[in-house]
Amino acid sequence: MKQVFPFIALAFFATVPLWLQDQYYLHTLVVAGIFMLAAMSLNLLLGYTGQLSLGHVAFFGIGAYVSALTSLGFSLSIFGFQITHEPWPAFVGLILGALAAGLCGYLIGKLAFRVRGAYFVIVTISFAEVVRLVSLNWVELTNGPLALPGIPPLTLGFEWTGYVTLWGKAQNYYLVLVLIALAYLLIKRLVQSPYGRAMIALRENETLAVSVGISVTKYLVLAAIFSGALAGLAGGLYAHYIQIIDPMIFMFLNTVTMVIMVITGGKGTLAGPLVGGLIFGLAPVFLRNYVGPEVQWILYGVLMILVVFVLPEGIVPAIERWFNRAAKPKRKNGSAGGKMEQSGSSLAMASSGKVNS
Amino acid sequence: MDQLLQHLVNTIIMGGTYALLGIGLTLIFGIMRIVNFTHGELYAFGAYMMYFFATIIGMNFFVSIAFAIAAGMVLGAIIEFTLLRPKRGADIDTTMLIMIGAWIVMQNLEHLSWGGIAKSINSPLPDAPLVIGPVSVSWLRVMVLLIALVLIAATYIVINRTKIGKAMRATFQDSNTAALMGININAIYTMTFGFGSALAAAAGALLGPVFVVTPTMGDLASLKAFAIVILGGLGNITGAAIGGFILAFAEEIGAGYISSGYRDAMGFVIIIIVLLFKPTGLFARAERVG
Repeated sequence: MKQVFPFIALAFFATVPLWLQDQYYLHTLVVAGIFMLAAMSLNLLLGYTGQLSLGHVAFFGIGAYVSALTSLGFSLSIFGFQITHEPWPAFVGLILGALAAGLCGYLIGKLAFRVRGAYFVIVTISFAEVVRLVSLNWVELTNGPLALPGIPPLTLGFEWTGYVTLWGKAQNYYLVLVLIALAYLLIKRLVQSPYGRAMIALRENETLAVSVGISVTKYLVLAAIFSGALAGLAGGLYAHYIQIIDPMIFMFLNTVTMVIMVITGGKGTLAGPLVGGLIFGLAPVFLRNYVGPEVQWILYGVLMILVVFVLPEGIVPAIERWFNRAAKPKRKNGSAGGKMEQSGSSLAMASSGKVNS
Repeated sequence: MDQLLQHLVNTIIMGGTYALLGIGLTLIFGIMRIVNFTHGELYAFGAYMMYFFATIIGMNFFVSIAFAIAAGMVLGAIIEFTLLRPKRGADIDTTMLIMIGAWIVMQNLEHLSWGGIAKSINSPLPDAPLVIGPVSVSWLRVMVLLIALVLIAATYIVINRTKIGKAMRATFQDSNTAALMGININAIYTMTFGFGSALAAAAGALLGPVFVVTPTMGDLASLKAFAIVILGGLGNITGAAIGGFILAFAEEIGAGYISSGYRDAMGFVIIIIVLLFKPTGLFARAERVG
């Protein structure tokens, strides 16, 4: 059952544009899907290596800006040198955006080796704020608060297949769906590989992991590069889909949205960010009929606190446990995952206490 | 030269309130080890309370400041009592997530109850600036500095010279032993958080009349406070005071000689540089408190 469920979900979502005629709802699903990709990338850091990156929106925004600027072209002068860039195809921009965000992930990962816990969180927030201020003030390059309009949509294809420009909502929907499926598979392979097990070992008990020869720098940096690149890819998709970006993309609330998707869905699970992403991607559509954006954020904040108090593992592990219990009345290792999670957090507490004092 | 002098004066004026903000957070983040993202919201809360008491109700300016500080203390105590006490001893990520949730809730409640339009608070002090040679500064800012300095001195005395301050330091050094010595550690936790929050509210109440009051004013204040605490060393009150002035100086120089758009970036640059090169802060602690 567990093995076929992703395929059922994929098949279901593949049919959505066939029967969902309302373009607005389709648009919401595309944006939700883009944020799901970002949440998956955050989950890799937060869920699997245990590093809470509260500057994740920086990767997203860097991917968006690099991709947009590559496909729009720009000209600026630095110390008297005139740099002019002619517009390149949009998908090249998408790849460059992901690479640039991955490079930033590398730097942040290197940093995580030096500072942990609360410090890491503050450094990542600071990083995102610096990037936001640069995007706001480097008007020559980013157009500042006036935004970058007219970003071309993605054009896919090869010479021998012909080219398709993704103007429509359904086309973008399928692109995002395929990318989510690919990212899911890739992360699944990664976390089930020796690399992933090493990352989880670091999360559970760093001292022990190091003592058996797991290199902290190597795995944290690897996770951060991959996470940054995936968030950058999501940002690039966002830029080419929405076709206009401004420094508001670096808003802290965007990071909060990703964090709440991961936490509610279940951090450190493959399906968690997808479930959380679906809930919080679609929630604004339903909430906006009744309440204003402030109340929506208040509800998100309250929910975040409630999840920590009531359902600290998130929805997916809770459902899994409930499902196992229903399937096997006399379970033996049904909740092994849950148990590990709990002992893990207490271990993490002990080690973080040690690191901090 | 005159310009530099003016920058230095501005530094001293702003540094006083930054120091208040930093000392408040160094009690909570440095000593209690709570990554307090609501600190900036308490700063904004203080400013809104100042607006409420001084402009809406029309109370005396100085009494309003005292009331705003008291309101901040009560709100801080409530946050500790309801959100943090049940999760005491939980890992740092758990409390961090709770505080992020509280941050979002508080900021949007402010938005909801006061609206997004900036509020200004009138001050009873003369509008004409105080001019000394080439430097001019408004009377309001001078008064803000004086009150901030009084509050900093009072905090220093409470923490270092009174019995309650001793109880605080003992609790966060070793809460079990402190409890065995008859200290009510639950009360101390709530009190310390309230104390730190009161200082944030004080900074807000003092800066509210200087600038304007907006719902998002707390975002940068939180992060600046973290910069000050990290700069001064965790839990180091003197360090936080000096850190506040250093941050104010960096911002003044950054705004004056680089670009005013990057004024707010200085705090973040300081955080990144200090954590990379001297993670213990610039001022090594005289005594271990954490």
